[in-house]
Amino acid sequence: MAKKFMYINRKAPYGTIYALESLEVVLIGAAFDQDVSLAFIGDGVYQLTKGQNTKGIGQKSFSPVYMALGDYDVNKIYVEKESLEERGLTLDDLQHLVWEDEDEDYAEKDSIRLVSRSELSDVLDDQDVVLSF
Amino acid sequence: MAIEANGKTYETDEEGYLSNLNDWEPEVATAMAAAEDCELTQEHWDIINFLREYYEEYQIAPAVRVLTKAVGKRLGKEKGNSKYLYELFPYGPGKQACKYAGLPKPTGCV
Repeated sequence: MAKKFMYINRKAPYGTIYALESLEVVLIGAAFDQDVSLAFIGDGVYQLTKGQNTKGIGQKSFSPVYMALGDYDVNKIYVEKESLEERGLTLDDLQHLVWEDEDEDYAEKDSIRLVSRSELSDVLDDQDVVLSF
Repeated sequence: MAIEANGKTYETDEEGYLSNLNDWEPEVATAMAAAEDCELTQEHWDIINFLREYYEEYQIAPAVRVLTKAVGKRLGKEKGNSKYLYELFPYGPGKQACKYAGLPKPTGCV
Protein backbone atom coordinates (compact mmCIF):
# COMPACT_ATOMS: atom_id res chain seq x y z
CA MET A 1 0.00 0.00 0.00
CA ALA A 2 1.53 3.29 -1.09
CA LYS A 3 1.78 5.99 1.52
CA LYS A 4 1.53 9.69 0.96
CA PHE A 5 4.98 11.20 1.42
CA MET A 6 5.46 14.95 1.59
CA TYR A 7 8.92 16.46 1.38
CA ILE A 8 9.11 20.06 2.52
CA ASN A 9 12.02 22.06 1.16
CA ARG A 10 12.90 25.19 3.11
CA LYS A 11 16.46 26.07 2.27
CA ALA A 12 18.35 27.72 -0.58
CA PRO A 13 19.85 25.17 -2.99
CA TYR A 14 23.51 25.68 -2.13
CA GLY A 15 25.39 26.45 1.06
CA THR A 16 23.92 23.46 2.85
CA ILE A 17 23.38 19.88 1.74
CA TYR A 18 19.63 19.89 2.49
CA ALA A 19 18.31 20.52 -1.01
CA LEU A 20 20.43 17.85 -2.67
CA GLU A 21 19.75 15.31 0.09
CA SER A 22 16.02 15.94 -0.20
CA LEU A 23 16.16 15.37 -3.93
CA GLU A 24 17.98 12.06 -3.47
CA VAL A 25 15.44 10.84 -0.93
CA VAL A 26 12.56 11.95 -3.14
CA LEU A 27 13.89 9.94 -6.07
CA ILE A 28 14.40 6.88 -3.90
CA GLY A 29 10.88 7.15 -2.44
CA ALA A 30 9.41 7.54 -5.90
CA ALA A 31 11.39 4.57 -7.23
CA PHE A 32 9.57 2.49 -4.62
CA ASP A 33 6.18 3.53 -5.99
CA GLN A 34 5.12 5.80 -3.16
CA ASP A 35 2.75 8.73 -3.56
CA VAL A 36 5.19 11.62 -3.45
CA SER A 37 4.52 15.34 -3.09
CA LEU A 38 6.99 18.17 -2.71
CA ALA A 39 6.51 21.56 -1.14
CA PHE A 40 8.78 24.55 -1.54
CA ILE A 41 8.49 27.24 1.09
CA GLY A 42 10.68 30.05 2.41
CA ASP A 43 14.11 30.14 0.78
CA GLY A 44 13.28 26.68 -0.57
CA VAL A 45 11.59 28.34 -3.55
CA TYR A 46 15.08 29.29 -4.78
CA GLN A 47 15.73 25.60 -5.46
CA LEU A 48 13.41 25.79 -8.45
CA THR A 49 14.63 29.03 -10.00
CA LYS A 50 15.93 28.80 -13.54
CA GLY A 51 19.24 29.95 -14.93
CA GLN A 52 21.29 28.94 -11.91
CA ASN A 53 25.02 29.27 -12.35
CA THR A 54 27.20 27.47 -9.82
CA LYS A 55 30.54 28.28 -11.42
CA GLY A 56 31.50 30.74 -8.69
CA ILE A 57 31.20 28.17 -5.93
CA GLY A 58 32.98 25.44 -7.86
CA GLN A 59 30.07 23.03 -7.54
CA LYS A 60 28.06 21.17 -10.12
CA SER A 61 24.52 22.48 -10.51
CA PHE A 62 21.83 19.92 -9.80
CA SER A 63 19.03 22.01 -11.31
CA PRO A 64 18.51 19.59 -14.23
CA VAL A 65 17.51 16.83 -11.80
CA TYR A 66 14.27 18.69 -10.97
CA MET A 67 13.32 18.37 -14.64
CA ALA A 68 13.46 14.58 -14.29
CA LEU A 69 10.93 14.47 -11.44
CA GLY A 70 8.06 14.07 -13.89
CA ASP A 71 9.62 10.84 -15.18
CA TYR A 72 9.45 9.51 -11.64
CA ASP A 73 5.73 10.36 -11.47
CA VAL A 74 6.53 13.11 -9.02
CA ASN A 75 4.05 15.63 -10.34
CA LYS A 76 2.60 17.26 -7.24
CA ILE A 77 4.99 20.11 -6.62
CA TYR A 78 3.52 22.75 -4.35
CA VAL A 79 5.07 26.20 -4.29
CA GLU A 80 3.91 28.59 -1.63
CA LYS A 81 2.64 31.82 -3.12
CA GLU A 82 3.59 34.02 -0.17
CA SER A 83 7.17 32.73 -0.15
CA LEU A 84 7.56 33.58 -3.84
CA GLU A 85 6.06 37.03 -3.40
CA GLU A 86 8.17 37.86 -0.35
CA ARG A 87 11.25 37.23 -2.49
CA GLY A 88 10.00 39.22 -5.47
CA LEU A 89 9.66 36.08 -7.57
CA THR A 90 6.88 34.82 -9.83
CA LEU A 91 6.21 31.46 -11.47
CA ASP A 92 8.09 32.76 -14.52
CA ASP A 93 11.31 32.75 -12.51
CA LEU A 94 10.98 29.02 -11.87
CA GLN A 95 11.88 26.10 -14.10
CA HIS A 96 8.94 24.82 -16.10
CA LEU A 97 8.42 21.39 -14.57
CA VAL A 98 6.16 19.04 -16.47
CA TRP A 99 5.12 15.41 -16.52
CA GLU A 100 3.80 13.30 -19.36
CA ASP A 101 0.43 11.67 -19.01
CA GLU A 102 0.79 8.22 -20.52
CA ASP A 103 -2.97 7.79 -20.61
CA GLU A 104 -3.34 10.84 -22.79
CA ASP A 105 -0.71 10.03 -25.40
CA TYR A 106 2.10 11.52 -23.32
CA ALA A 107 0.49 14.95 -23.12
CA GLU A 108 2.70 17.33 -21.14
CA LYS A 109 1.11 18.71 -18.00
CA ASP A 110 2.36 21.22 -15.45
CA SER A 111 3.71 19.79 -12.20
CA ILE A 112 3.94 23.01 -10.22
CA ARG A 113 0.92 24.05 -8.20
CA LEU A 114 0.95 27.52 -6.77
CA VAL A 115 -0.82 27.46 -3.40
CA SER A 116 -1.39 29.90 -0.58
CA ARG A 117 -0.06 29.28 2.91
CA SER A 118 -3.46 28.14 4.15
CA GLU A 119 -4.07 25.87 1.14
CA LEU A 120 -0.69 24.28 1.74
CA SER A 121 -1.52 23.53 5.34
CA ASP A 122 -4.58 21.59 4.15
CA VAL A 123 -2.36 19.61 1.79
CA LEU A 124 0.02 18.82 4.66
CA ASP A 125 -2.87 17.64 6.82
CA ASP A 126 -3.68 15.04 4.21
CA GLN A 127 -0.24 13.33 4.25
CA ASP A 128 0.87 10.10 5.94
CA VAL A 129 4.51 11.09 6.25
CA VAL A 130 5.98 14.60 6.27
CA LEU A 131 9.72 15.09 5.98
CA SER A 132 11.29 18.49 6.37
CA PHE A 133 14.56 19.53 4.73
CA MET B 1 39.53 -2.05 -9.97
CA ALA B 2 40.06 -1.27 -13.61
CA ILE B 3 39.04 -2.41 -17.04
CA GLU B 4 41.17 -2.70 -20.18
CA ALA B 5 39.78 -1.47 -23.49
CA ASN B 6 41.20 0.09 -26.59
CA GLY B 7 44.71 -0.54 -25.31
CA LYS B 8 44.01 1.71 -22.33
CA THR B 9 43.22 1.13 -18.67
CA TYR B 10 40.05 2.65 -17.22
CA GLU B 11 39.58 3.03 -13.49
CA THR B 12 36.36 1.60 -12.01
CA ASP B 13 34.87 1.36 -8.52
CA GLU B 14 34.59 -1.89 -6.57
CA GLU B 15 31.37 -2.79 -8.38
CA GLY B 16 32.83 -2.19 -11.81
CA TYR B 17 31.25 1.19 -12.53
CA LEU B 18 33.48 3.61 -14.41
CA SER B 19 35.08 6.11 -12.02
CA ASN B 20 35.07 8.96 -14.49
CA LEU B 21 32.04 9.30 -16.74
CA ASN B 22 34.00 11.38 -19.24
CA ASP B 23 36.44 8.50 -19.82
CA TRP B 24 33.73 6.47 -21.53
CA GLU B 25 34.15 5.18 -25.06
CA PRO B 26 32.05 2.57 -26.85
CA GLU B 27 34.95 0.11 -26.51
CA VAL B 28 34.61 0.34 -22.73
CA ALA B 29 31.04 -0.94 -22.98
CA THR B 30 32.13 -3.75 -25.27
CA ALA B 31 34.90 -4.77 -22.88
CA MET B 32 32.61 -4.66 -19.83
CA ALA B 33 30.04 -6.76 -21.66
CA ALA B 34 32.67 -9.28 -22.82
CA ALA B 35 33.79 -9.68 -19.21
CA GLU B 36 30.23 -10.77 -18.40
CA ASP B 37 29.89 -13.03 -21.44
CA CYS B 38 27.54 -10.63 -23.16
CA GLU B 39 27.83 -9.62 -26.79
CA LEU B 40 26.36 -6.21 -27.49
CA THR B 41 23.78 -5.99 -30.26
CA GLN B 42 22.09 -2.93 -31.75
CA GLU B 43 19.28 -3.45 -29.23
CA HIS B 44 21.78 -3.16 -26.39
CA TRP B 45 23.29 -0.04 -27.93
CA ASP B 46 19.88 1.61 -28.24
CA ILE B 47 19.48 1.34 -24.47
CA ILE B 48 23.07 2.33 -23.69
CA ASN B 49 22.86 5.40 -25.92
CA PHE B 50 19.51 6.34 -24.43
CA LEU B 51 20.97 6.15 -20.91
CA ARG B 52 23.90 8.36 -21.87
CA GLU B 53 21.56 10.95 -23.37
CA TYR B 54 19.34 10.83 -20.30
CA TYR B 55 22.30 11.37 -18.00
CA GLU B 56 23.59 14.21 -20.14
CA GLU B 57 20.25 15.98 -19.87
CA TYR B 58 19.20 15.28 -16.26
CA GLN B 59 22.48 14.30 -14.56
CA ILE B 60 21.00 11.21 -13.00
CA ALA B 61 20.87 7.56 -13.97
CA PRO B 62 17.15 6.78 -14.25
CA ALA B 63 15.52 4.12 -12.06
CA VAL B 64 14.42 0.96 -13.87
CA ARG B 65 10.80 2.04 -13.84
CA VAL B 66 11.68 5.35 -15.46
CA LEU B 67 13.92 3.64 -17.98
CA THR B 68 11.18 1.19 -18.92
CA LYS B 69 8.64 3.93 -19.46
CA ALA B 70 11.03 6.07 -21.47
CA VAL B 71 12.13 3.18 -23.66
CA GLY B 72 8.48 2.43 -24.39
CA LYS B 73 7.99 5.96 -25.53
CA ARG B 74 11.16 6.40 -27.59
CA LEU B 75 11.80 2.93 -28.97
CA GLY B 76 8.26 1.54 -29.16
CA LYS B 77 5.70 0.06 -26.80
CA GLU B 78 6.86 -3.52 -27.43
CA LYS B 79 10.25 -2.65 -25.93
CA GLY B 80 8.95 -0.70 -22.96
CA ASN B 81 8.58 -3.62 -20.59
CA SER B 82 10.83 -5.26 -18.06
CA LYS B 83 10.79 -8.64 -19.85
CA TYR B 84 12.41 -7.15 -22.94
CA LEU B 85 14.95 -5.20 -20.88
CA TYR B 86 15.82 -8.15 -18.65
CA GLU B 87 16.41 -10.32 -21.70
CA LEU B 88 18.94 -7.80 -22.94
CA PHE B 89 20.45 -7.17 -19.52
CA PRO B 90 19.91 -10.23 -17.32
CA TYR B 91 21.83 -8.72 -14.40
CA GLY B 92 19.19 -5.96 -14.18
CA PRO B 93 18.64 -3.28 -16.82
CA GLY B 94 19.37 -0.50 -14.35
CA LYS B 95 22.62 -1.81 -12.98
CA GLN B 96 24.05 -3.60 -15.98
CA ALA B 97 23.07 -1.13 -18.71
CA CYS B 98 24.12 1.88 -16.63
CA LYS B 99 27.45 0.24 -15.99
CA TYR B 100 28.09 -0.38 -19.69
CA ALA B 101 27.01 3.21 -20.40
CA GLY B 102 29.61 4.52 -17.96
CA LEU B 103 26.97 5.92 -15.60
CA PRO B 104 26.87 5.58 -11.84
CA LYS B 105 24.51 3.07 -10.27
CA PRO B 106 20.91 4.35 -10.62
CA THR B 107 19.47 6.34 -7.74
CA GLY B 108 17.10 4.17 -5.75
CA CYS B 109 18.89 1.00 -6.77
CA VAL B 110 19.99 -1.11 -3.81
